[in-house]
Amino acid sequence: MKYEAVIGLEIHSELKTKTKIFCGCATGFGAEQNTHVCPVCLGLPGVLPVVNRRVVEFAIKAGLATNCTINKYSKFDRKNYYYPDLPKNFQTSQYDLPIAEHGYVDIDVDGEKKRIRLTRIHMEEDAGKLVHSGATIKDSASSNVDYNRTGVPLLEIVSEPDMRTAEEARAYMEKIKSILEYIDVSNCRMEQGNLRADVNVSLRPVGQKELGTRTEMKNINSFKSLVEAIDYEIERQTEVLEDGGHIIQETRTFDAAKGITLSMRSKEEAQDYRYMPEPDLPPIITTDEEIEAYRKGLPELPDARRERLETKLGLSSYDAGIITSSRAMADYFDDVLATGADAKLIANWMMGDLAKNLNAEGKTIEYSPIEAKRLGDMINLITKGTISSKIAKDVFAEMWKSKDAPEKIVKDKGLVQITDTNELDSVLDEVITANPKPVADFKSGNKKAIGALVGQVMKKTHGKANPKLVNEMLQKKLS
Amino acid sequence: MKLYDKPAHVLHEMLAKKEISSVELTNDVFSRLDDVEGDVGAYLLTTREDAMKNAEAVDKKVAAGEEIPFLAGIPGAIKDNICTNGVKTTCASKILENFVPPYDATVMTKLKKNNTVVVGKTNLDEFAMGGSTENSAYHVTHNPWNTDCVPGGSSGGSAAAVASGSAIWALGSDTGGSIRQPASFCGVVGMKPTYGRVSRYGLVAYASSLDQIGPIARDVTDCANILNVIAGHDDMDSTSSAAAVPDYTKSLVENVKGLKIGLPKEYFIDGIDEDVEKAIRTAIDDLKNMGAEVVDISLPHTPYAISTYYLIAPAEAATNLERYDGVSYGERVSGIDVVEMMKNTRTQKFGTEVKRRIMIGNYALSAGYYDAYYLKALKVRTLIQKDYTEAFKTVDVIACPTAPTPAYKIGAMINDPLKMYLQDICTVPINLAGLPGISLPCGFSEKGMPIGLQIIGKPLDEETVIRAAFSYESTHSFAGKIANMGGKDA
Repeated sequence: MKYEAVIGLEIHSELKTKTKIFCGCATGFGAEQNTHVCPVCLGLPGVLPVVNRRVVEFAIKAGLATNCTINKYSKFDRKNYYYPDLPKNFQTSQYDLPIAEHGYVDIDVDGEKKRIRLTRIHMEEDAGKLVHSGATIKDSASSNVDYNRTGVPLLEIVSEPDMRTAEEARAYMEKIKSILEYIDVSNCRMEQGNLRADVNVSLRPVGQKELGTRTEMKNINSFKSLVEAIDYEIERQTEVLEDGGHIIQETRTFDAAKGITLSMRSKEEAQDYRYMPEPDLPPIITTDEEIEAYRKGLPELPDARRERLETKLGLSSYDAGIITSSRAMADYFDDVLATGADAKLIANWMMGDLAKNLNAEGKTIEYSPIEAKRLGDMINLITKGTISSKIAKDVFAEMWKSKDAPEKIVKDKGLVQITDTNELDSVLDEVITANPKPVADFKSGNKKAIGALVGQVMKKTHGKANPKLVNEMLQKKLS
Repeated sequence: MKLYDKPAHVLHEMLAKKEISSVELTNDVFSRLDDVEGDVGAYLLTTREDAMKNAEAVDKKVAAGEEIPFLAGIPGAIKDNICTNGVKTTCASKILENFVPPYDATVMTKLKKNNTVVVGKTNLDEFAMGGSTENSAYHVTHNPWNTDCVPGGSSGGSAAAVASGSAIWALGSDTGGSIRQPASFCGVVGMKPTYGRVSRYGLVAYASSLDQIGPIARDVTDCANILNVIAGHDDMDSTSSAAAVPDYTKSLVENVKGLKIGLPKEYFIDGIDEDVEKAIRTAIDDLKNMGAEVVDISLPHTPYAISTYYLIAPAEAATNLERYDGVSYGERVSGIDVVEMMKNTRTQKFGTEVKRRIMIGNYALSAGYYDAYYLKALKVRTLIQKDYTEAFKTVDVIACPTAPTPAYKIGAMINDPLKMYLQDICTVPINLAGLPGISLPCGFSEKGMPIGLQIIGKPLDEETVIRAAFSYESTHSFAGKIANMGGKDA
């Protein structure tokens, strides 16, 4: 029997507010243990939460950017469960009235567009971190709790089970990541746990409407793990079903080192979270005017930007997709564009030499040694004919190493293109004399033979000759 | 001169006029405490050294010719579920036996700004769960008027301290009557302000949507003055009201002419004590004779108030008390792993009544029961609130007993929690509706135990409540009495 996978994601994203969701403590990553704490986030007796308005603002922006309806009456709830990293033994979250609902994002896999629906987006507080004395909790004599992360604001973004392959799940998570980056509400640094996902996977025979039993993989924190975990789980579930077995509804962990998922706990032991409205916080009321103001304040989002790059600037769909996949890259592109540089040339350089150099040094575009302005100036030199594309590669390499403007590098190194016909004339004559065969070939009708002659001229001038001019002059001389 | 038996407003005048010093007053209160505390047991902890230091500081201010605020230098007591920076706050529970808060409740910050002298932390039913202070994990508090009787609860320690003279005034907290009922049992004045009028920041939560801090004092004048100090919006409490705080002492006016007083028939229940009913009806007649208009009203959902309260309060308590797990503060009973440690800690360190309410609360919130219990209770709560909104369309205040009986014997009801819960019938609806209410002495039973008259107002209309209470009090001689404690009053 052929099976189809049904995949849904719950993405947790830490918001980049300066302070925590319910108190004034800093949210910074990597501080000394238990230094970003106060009575409120420690959950001491008698304390009360106060909502950080920025968190609500960020959540509404995320909702609007993913085409959600914003609930004008929303509230917080207590999700009760005992865990030593949760000081109150309940998490203040949202249950039946989340801030945003019923959204969607469009993804693109192998040129095919697909719409993934969002069930909801809600706000909640993060828990602390257990620091075990041993490698794992099982072989630790003791564990300490670091409460620095307790109360860091999170958005939980829940999708409908609309994905069918690991690649679709990846494209969806990348899209969410890029939207959150574009609207500037999360750093989305997956290696720091800013963005992580719980993944639900189930199988059903192709054509069947009814959903199969699902398993859940928690805390997936890289795209690679996401794809591997889903592929592994599809394979595992297929084997179980083909052997006549049935899937147990359970939570599984993904072992990234081994690339496999392992059973953690079955849902039969699942918790009853005993949700109840948070009595210490009044409901969150948002007016139409506020929602409209947030909507107007949104930047150009990835889909719109991609559309502009394709239709207005004539980039290929592939190039436009890559350039707009992260806000940093798209902003860099627009900054280069602002210098008046040609859009297609910008794309070529960004995807070519720039990407190659960044990758080689493991840098992201925000830390590119060549700023957008300098790259634009260099591209403009090509367009003006001051340097050839070939010479530009040398100029680029020089710019990577120094802070010099491209004009200065061209001048200092004498890289200006030779456009003086008198200067080229003698070189051309030399080349014609020295290469009788291509000359004869050309004259006998093989027009392509001229290429070899142009190449020789370029070689003799160390690439500085204007190839277009050389071609024209040769044609004239030989006809 | 005997000072401990005087109300704060009298002592304030004497301090301001330099007739007495705060050190003198504080010494007098502590010496009274030494005499009576063995029989009363109002306190879990006394802070004599700090009190004397603060008293000296106030005396210096007076000597330097500075004007002093109302509560300056006047010894008061704090219920031990209000967090005091650097001073143990136990909630009368074993689970917080050695808990020292690193911060002050907002009311404490306000009191400190007013140079208050704190005598100590008073006993209560564990985590404020109870109506007799018998649920304290440490000791029983005795009613100063008859030490065989309970002082009421849960602020029994605070009420007994004020009634026995070991404090001039006190702070309590009221979730279902915990200020008003002990005030009634101990013959003092206790006020629960409107929900949100006083910041709850630093009050160890029992039931968050019902809890409210308020004053317990010798008379209505002191109550109004203390409310002036503690009321107001707090950025640390999102449920605190942003409404401006009036000067409550402006309501200390003897005038009830034209005041419409509602008399709810549902509060004169079957089984109400005869002496109580007589005293209340007499008090209401007196108010009528003073010019008030008395109107019979009905609050039809009152019979459901107890059931509603005993679902909502335990549900909130169940989650509020989850944090006591032995992990980062409070007592810990070890176990082979973290789950066993949490289980052992909670099993051994919580008392019976607390565990009972945690279980009721968790049951009411459980999947499959939520709609039938908790959600239904929330709906009934709305109906109860509507009863009052309706009633207040025709009346200015509502008058009724604070409790259906005077103080009863210690141990009389401790094994019958249901009977004990029914005692709260006159007070819990006011918390469910979030209204202000005051209890003030209006007579004694045949056996000599105090009886309290409850006056309930519209939301944020403490002023009218205070005016009605003050008018009654100033034409009667029940208030301001200190229990004589078997001649220790010599």
